[in-house]
Amino acid sequence: MIIEPTAWLQALFGGILIGIAATLYLAVTGRVAGISGLLRAVVFERGPRLGPPLFFVSGLLVAGMLGGLLMPEFFGVAPAAPLSPRMLGGLFLVGLGATLANGCTSGHGICGLSRLSKRSFVAIAVFMLTGALVVAVLAALV
Amino acid sequence: MNMRIQPVGSFAAGLLFGMGLMFGGMLDPERIIGFLSFAGTWDPTLAFVMGGAIPVHALGRFLLRGRAVLCSDAQPQTAPRKVDARLVLGSMLFGAGWGLSGYCPGPMIVALSAGPWLALAPFIALLAGLALPLLFGRAPRPSA
Repeated sequence: MIIEPTAWLQALFGGILIGIAATLYLAVTGRVAGISGLLRAVVFERGPRLGPPLFFVSGLLVAGMLGGLLMPEFFGVAPAAPLSPRMLGGLFLVGLGATLANGCTSGHGICGLSRLSKRSFVAIAVFMLTGALVVAVLAALV
Repeated sequence: MNMRIQPVGSFAAGLLFGMGLMFGGMLDPERIIGFLSFAGTWDPTLAFVMGGAIPVHALGRFLLRGRAVLCSDAQPQTAPRKVDARLVLGSMLFGAGWGLSGYCPGPMIVALSAGPWLALAPFIALLAGLALPLLFGRAPRPSA
């Protein structure tokens, strides 16, 4: 087990920000801040309900721009080249899985677990078990 | 309600969420993979992200109860739905992709604007995966 003394405090702070953000979104829209669903709406859907997802995703993009400029230490290096099958296939599976499961780490992990959704507990358990399995297999192969 | 609250609030929520992802270490794929390495040197840091976010959001939901829907176009929140094969299969694919790449959708969006040249192709792969089931008319409901 590895953990730096300040890393967990920083992670806790980040988590608290995420909790506040999800609550703010719920308060002003009445909707769940599930990022895969918001992204899918912004890119693939048209209609009158598009405003809040568009503004939320814009906020994420501005956060990334600011972070990339001011806090580059938050950004790690991807485990493989951007055009490698590992990265492209991995993110394709992330997207496909998020649509089939109706949620990703935010929708199921933060919002779903906060309201004790049984589906979300199942989703998170399966995310982590398969993720751990894949990481273990990759580690064994290298 | 004030028509400005919804756009400004949604934007602020996205900004805060993105900041939270960065402080939480979610933009560092090594940390994600370390968190999933139960068999090796497990890095529990990301558990603190969940540990911060879930109680705060649960409290927020409690404080908003009955008042959460400030807008007329809100979706019904908790349509009671069962655990089905689609949920489990989707979660398996998601977990496999998460373990391979070290990114989930939120951090991928943040990474895209932080360094578009490295993140553009993986971001497009993410969009392709998100959209594929739509081609078969299996449009999901919007909430988790």
